Amino acid sequence: METVVKRLGVWALVLIASVAAIALTPDAGFAVHMGIVALVAGLLIVATATSYDPLARAQSIFKMPPGPSRYDDDVIRWGVIATMFWGLAGLLAGVFIAAQLAFPQLNFEPYLNFGRVRPLHTSAVIFAFGGNALLATSFYVVQRTCRTTLAFPGMARFVFWGYQLFIVLAATGYLLGISQGKEYAEPEWYVDLWLTVVWLCYLAVFVGTLLRRHEPHIYVANWFYLAFIVTIAMLHVVNNLAMPVSLLGGKSYSAFAGVQDALTQWWYGHNAVGFFLTAGFLAMMYYFVPKQAGRPVYSYRLSIIHFWSLIFLYIWAGPHHLHYTALPDWAQTLGMVFSVMLWMPSWGGMINGLMTLNGAWDKVRTDPIIRMMVLALAFYGMSTFEGPMLSIKAVNSLSHYTDWTIGHVHSGALGWNGMITFACVYYLVPRLWQKERLYSLRMINWHFWLATLGIVFYASSMWVAGITQGLMWREYGSDGYLVNSFVDTVAALHPMYILRAVGGLMYLSGAIIMAYNIGMTIAGKSRVEAPMGDTAHDEAADRPLPLPAAAQPAE
Amino acid sequence: MSLYETLRHAADSYGLAVIVALYLTLCLWHFRPGAKPHVEEAKHSIFKDQTDGE
Repeated sequence: METVVKRLGVWALVLIASVAAIALTPDAGFAVHMGIVALVAGLLIVATATSYDPLARAQSIFKMPPGPSRYDDDVIRWGVIATMFWGLAGLLAGVFIAAQLAFPQLNFEPYLNFGRVRPLHTSAVIFAFGGNALLATSFYVVQRTCRTTLAFPGMARFVFWGYQLFIVLAATGYLLGISQGKEYAEPEWYVDLWLTVVWLCYLAVFVGTLLRRHEPHIYVANWFYLAFIVTIAMLHVVNNLAMPVSLLGGKSYSAFAGVQDALTQWWYGHNAVGFFLTAGFLAMMYYFVPKQAGRPVYSYRLSIIHFWSLIFLYIWAGPHHLHYTALPDWAQTLGMVFSVMLWMPSWGGMINGLMTLNGAWDKVRTDPIIRMMVLALAFYGMSTFEGPMLSIKAVNSLSHYTDWTIGHVHSGALGWNGMITFACVYYLVPRLWQKERLYSLRMINWHFWLATLGIVFYASSMWVAGITQGLMWREYGSDGYLVNSFVDTVAALHPMYILRAVGGLMYLSGAIIMAYNIGMTIAGKSRVEAPMGDTAHDEAADRPLPLPAAAQPAE
Repeated sequence: MSLYETLRHAADSYGLAVIVALYLTLCLWHFRPGAKPHVEEAKHSIFKDQTDGE
């Protein structure tokens, strides 16, 4: 009873403080955000005071198995559902902004113009979809490989729900026009502080679980997860060092200025790619690919070299985003050289993942989850080759600021991050909901081909668009003047932009099929369908031939 | 020398050497004599729980 009263007191204080902030702030967006906080506090008060348990109610809606399982899987189930939900939201936002670029009439001012929806798309797919996938899988893998339950289970739940609040505040903020204007780090100072608290709790839960492990060795996937958590904490704090204008407003100024600010931003930006979208997802690869294939990783030693090489090299590659800018030349060259060096460990990791299937390659034909993993690894290899190539200054002078960069990012994000996440969700759902199998394997096949074709449309149209753009921008006539105006290039790219939107739409439809499949699996249904990779068997012909009739002697 | 130059020289010389040595040690540690059984055990450790605990 006493704890209930204490809790009620804390929520009431939060509620009063947020209502006071709404009343005092001159900033409309900030008031909306404080309203969201007040709403959460109000819900918590009602839930605490009336012993109405909204979480238990929601758990029964999503048919989560009741009672404790051997591992602490509850928060992982929520993470999987959130991954699916934010994935659909982020992909939908992506298709919408792709359509806006092809058909500018779709810019609905002011809340749904390209400038506001674009960060919504990037944050929704990277931090909401990818972040929830990383949260869920890291909690799953660290428990299984350490053979122990989560340390601080209450804190693990706070990490999950606190992270969702961060996502909601960030996403609504973009639409309201609250942004500090740093790519992939748009949320303002108060949302950044909240994320810092959540992230440090995440670190505590993860390290706490590692410390209470019952296995002597920490499996390599956990090294990658830990590197991801620690590095993102460091990057987030340093890049978001800022001075708020007022404690009651959503506006701040960065602690750095000019080229230092740009370098800090791209040190952050590139390592968000390196540690959020690479190290974290490699952790998924190093656990789920061997598990799904039923074979240990090809070379454990290679995975360790892969790990340390990424750690030592990635952190220096950021300056390649600032080629031909005010950044000193030596720093640009340093960024380029380290990016090129990164190619080798990346391909080492790709080969390690692919060779795990050595002797089980037939599974690519019969197991659509393995097929997704193989495609993910192939795209990991492709984009970690394309990246170093684009970072070479001569290539970058053509590709920089063009759609080639967008194509490169999406072959990595859709091909590598998306496909490996889908494969892991397909792996996890039957296990987490204690089902015999997925609703349908053939629907994974549909998802696979829609997604693959979607990526092909996306990447190839953006290659063509990017190179066209780059060549048109630099074209000089004999009189020494530029041949094309900017709007000439925009007109030339229009067909490519439509193709890109088509590719995105295909990728989104694949994800919708997945959501249906996952939903049906959770509902406990299984689709009647022919199994995949059945060998032909003719029951009627499977018998010895009758004895040939003996020749009758002629009478 | 300014603070920048001092730091820069340290990073270009001793700092670089220390980081390279650290990198090589960490990478080659699992190739030390007698490490093979440990590596093999770690490699197969994820298959000890075939039922995933469910």
